[in-house]
Amino acid sequence: MARPSIEPGAELDGFTIGERVHQGGMATLWTVTRPGITAPLLMKIPRISEGEDPAAIVSFEMEQMILPRLAGPHVPACFGTGDFDRQPYVVIERIPGKTLYSRIGELPLPYEEARIVVGRIATALADLHRQNVIHHDIKPSSVMFRPSGECVLIDFGLSHHNQLPDLLQEEFRLPYGTAPYMAPERLLGVRDDPRSDLFSLGVLLYFFTTGERPFGESETLRGMRRRLWRDPYPPRKLRADYPPWLQEIVLRCLEIEPVWRYPTAAQLAFELAHPDQVKLTARSERLQRDPLSTVWRRRFNRDLTQPKPKSDIAAQLAAGPIVVVALDTEEGSAALNVCLRRTAAQLLATLPSARLACLNVLRLGRITLDRTLDEQGNNKHIDRMVALRHWAQPLELDESRLTVHVLEAIDPASAILEFTAVNQVDHIVIGARQHSMLRALLGSVSARVAAEAACTVTVVRPRRLASAPESAREVAADQA
Amino acid sequence: MRCRFTARGLISIKTRAGTGEMMDGEGCVRLAIFADIHANRQAFEACLAVAHARGAERIICLGDVVGYGADPEWAVDAVMGLVEDGAIAVIGNHDHAIGNHSETMNAEAQAAIEWTRGRLSGPQRRFLAELPLKRQEGDRLYVHSEAAHPARWRYVHGTSEAARSIEATAAQVTFCGHIHRPALYSMSSAAKMTSFIPTSEVPVQLLGGRRWLAVLGSVGQPRDGNPAASFAMLDTSSREITYCRVPYDVEAAAERIRANGLPHWLADRLLLGR
Repeated sequence: MARPSIEPGAELDGFTIGERVHQGGMATLWTVTRPGITAPLLMKIPRISEGEDPAAIVSFEMEQMILPRLAGPHVPACFGTGDFDRQPYVVIERIPGKTLYSRIGELPLPYEEARIVVGRIATALADLHRQNVIHHDIKPSSVMFRPSGECVLIDFGLSHHNQLPDLLQEEFRLPYGTAPYMAPERLLGVRDDPRSDLFSLGVLLYFFTTGERPFGESETLRGMRRRLWRDPYPPRKLRADYPPWLQEIVLRCLEIEPVWRYPTAAQLAFELAHPDQVKLTARSERLQRDPLSTVWRRRFNRDLTQPKPKSDIAAQLAAGPIVVVALDTEEGSAALNVCLRRTAAQLLATLPSARLACLNVLRLGRITLDRTLDEQGNNKHIDRMVALRHWAQPLELDESRLTVHVLEAIDPASAILEFTAVNQVDHIVIGARQHSMLRALLGSVSARVAAEAACTVTVVRPRRLASAPESAREVAADQA
Repeated sequence: MRCRFTARGLISIKTRAGTGEMMDGEGCVRLAIFADIHANRQAFEACLAVAHARGAERIICLGDVVGYGADPEWAVDAVMGLVEDGAIAVIGNHDHAIGNHSETMNAEAQAAIEWTRGRLSGPQRRFLAELPLKRQEGDRLYVHSEAAHPARWRYVHGTSEAARSIEATAAQVTFCGHIHRPALYSMSSAAKMTSFIPTSEVPVQLLGGRRWLAVLGSVGQPRDGNPAASFAMLDTSSREITYCRVPYDVEAAAERIRANGLPHWLADRLLLGR
C-alpha cells in the first residue's frame, strides 16, 4: 500500500497535519489536530527510509507499544498510533515549553532549585515504575514540566515494559542509550532493574549541582565500562559548600551496585522532600574517590559481572514501600501505641527495603493558629519529634530507614491524607481509639483515613477486654 | 454471529455465515486459539466458556486434540462440532499417531495413544487423519509444531528454532503449540529475534513491522509449572494477542485418567503443571 504523504494540510486517520516542529535523527515531529480533541497534539513519525539507523525503527516500535499503555500526569497522553504496514506514527499530547536541556547553560543550579527539580523527576519516575516501565534514557532532554510544575517524562524509545516483549533485548550488541547517563549494569545487558533510572537521575543531579558530568562524556564502550569499578569524584571535592545531605543522596544514586541505591524512586523523592531528615553516612563527608584497592577489588569482583535472575518490577517496588505510622502522643494512648509498634515491627520484618515515616499531628486551634509553645514555653513541635523517635527506638531500624514528622493542622485526617499523597506513601498504619471523647465529637480519624487514602491502610485496634455481662450487652444493644 | 449451547453442554460459537467459510481477516474479529487439548474435557470446557464470555467469534484448534487425557471421544466430537460451525483445526502429532503406528513417543504417551485408538469410532479417526498440517488465513498461519517442517514435529525451544519457523513462512504471525509452554517470539525487519514469556491477561500488539511466532500453552496438559489451562485470544483489528489462564477442575480430569487405567504420571503431572 502506498504511504500517505505527510505535509501540512494532509490528513492521516482523521488527524490533520500542521507544521513540522522538529527534525531529529530518529524522528520528525509535526503538530496535528483532530476534531473532538482540544489538547495540543504532536505526531511523531520515525525516519525509516533506506540506510537509516535500525535503532530508529526499533525504538519507534517500543514507543508504539508502550505509550498507549501509560497514563497519568507524568507522561504525555497518547491519542493514536499507526503501524508500519501503512504509515507508522504516534500521536501524543504536546507538552508546552522546553525540555530541561534548555537549562544546561545555567549550571550549576542553586542546590535548593536542583533539589526541587530532581524531586519532581523522581516522583514522575516512581509513577512510571508503578506502571511496569523503566525509562532507560533519563537525561535533561527527556524531562519536561507542565505549567502546574509536574514533571513529564518523554521519549520512551529505549524503555523496557516488564509485561511486554523487549524489542531492544537482542537488537544491538552494544547497550543503547545516552552514554554519560547510563547505569553500569546496563553495560552488562541488564534491562529490567528500575534502579538503573535512579542512577541516571543521580548523574543528572550531580551534573546540575556541580556543572560537571560525573563520568565525563566518553562514548566509547571502554570509557563507559570504567563506571563498573571507578566511582566519580565526590561533589564536595568540586564545590566546597556542597551540602552533606545532597552529597549523601547523589552518591547513593550513583552506587555501582543497584542494591546500594535507593530501593525505589518514591523513596528517593521522599529523601529529596525531607533534606533535614537525610541520614548522613560516610558518603556525605567524602572528599576523595574510593582507594585503588577498592577499585581493583571491584574490577575483578565476579559478582558484578554475573547475570542476575530476571526481576519483576512490581515485586521489587512492593518490597520497598514507604510505610507511615500515624501516632498519637497524648496521654492515654500508650496501650494503642504498643500495638502499633508491634504491627509496624511485623511489617518491617518482612520488608527489609521499606522505610518508615512516623507521623504525629499537632492539632491547632482554629483561632490560635500560631501557638507552638506550651504553657511552660516548651516547643511542642520538638517535644513531639522526640516522642516519635522514642516510640520508634525499640524497632532498632537503621536511621536511613526512619524519619519522624510532626504536622501542624486543624484537621488531623486531612493532614495525614495530604502527607501520604504528597510523599507517595504505600501503606498507612493507624490506631483506632475506641472510647474517646474527641472521637465522639470529631468523628474517627482512622475511619476517614481508611476510607479516603489512596493506599493500603491498616487500622490497629487493641483487643477489647473480655465481654461485659449479658445484661449490660442488652442495654447497649437497646441503645444502639 | 451466533452462539449456542449444544445438547452436550458444549458452547458452540458460529461464524456469521455458519458454513465454515474463511473470513478474510479484515474487520474486527476476535479469535480464540487453543492448542494441545489432549482429551482433557474439564480443561477444554472451562476454556471454551471463558472464550465465549470474552466474545470469541472464531475458534482455532492447533492440534493434539487427543492423547494423554481420558475423554478422547468427547474431545474429538467437540472439535468436529466446532469445525462444522466454522472453526479451523490442524493436526498434531498425537492426532497423527492414532492412524500411524510408527510414531516414536515415550512409553506413557504411547500407552495413551494405544488406549485412545480403541476408544475412537471410524468417523472420529477419519476426522483426525484428514486434518491438514497447516492452514493459512490472511496473514496468519496455524500449525501444530512449527512452520519450517510441520511433519517433523519439532519443538520451538528458543529463538533459533523460532527464527527458522518464521523464515519458512510468508505469514506475518504464526500460531503454534506442541511444547505446552507459552512464548512469544518476534523477528525485526533486520532479522533480529526477541523472545518473551507472555504475562497472562496483558494484551500484546503484534506490531506490523515485524513477524511473530506465538507459541501457545496447552489447554489440557500445561507444562510451565502452572496447572491452569492455557489459551489465547487474538483481536484481528487491533492485532492484540492476550494469553489467558483458566483454572479448572484438575482433580476431576486426573481422576478420569486414573479411573481409565492410563499411566498415573499422566494424572499427577496435571496437578503439577509439568
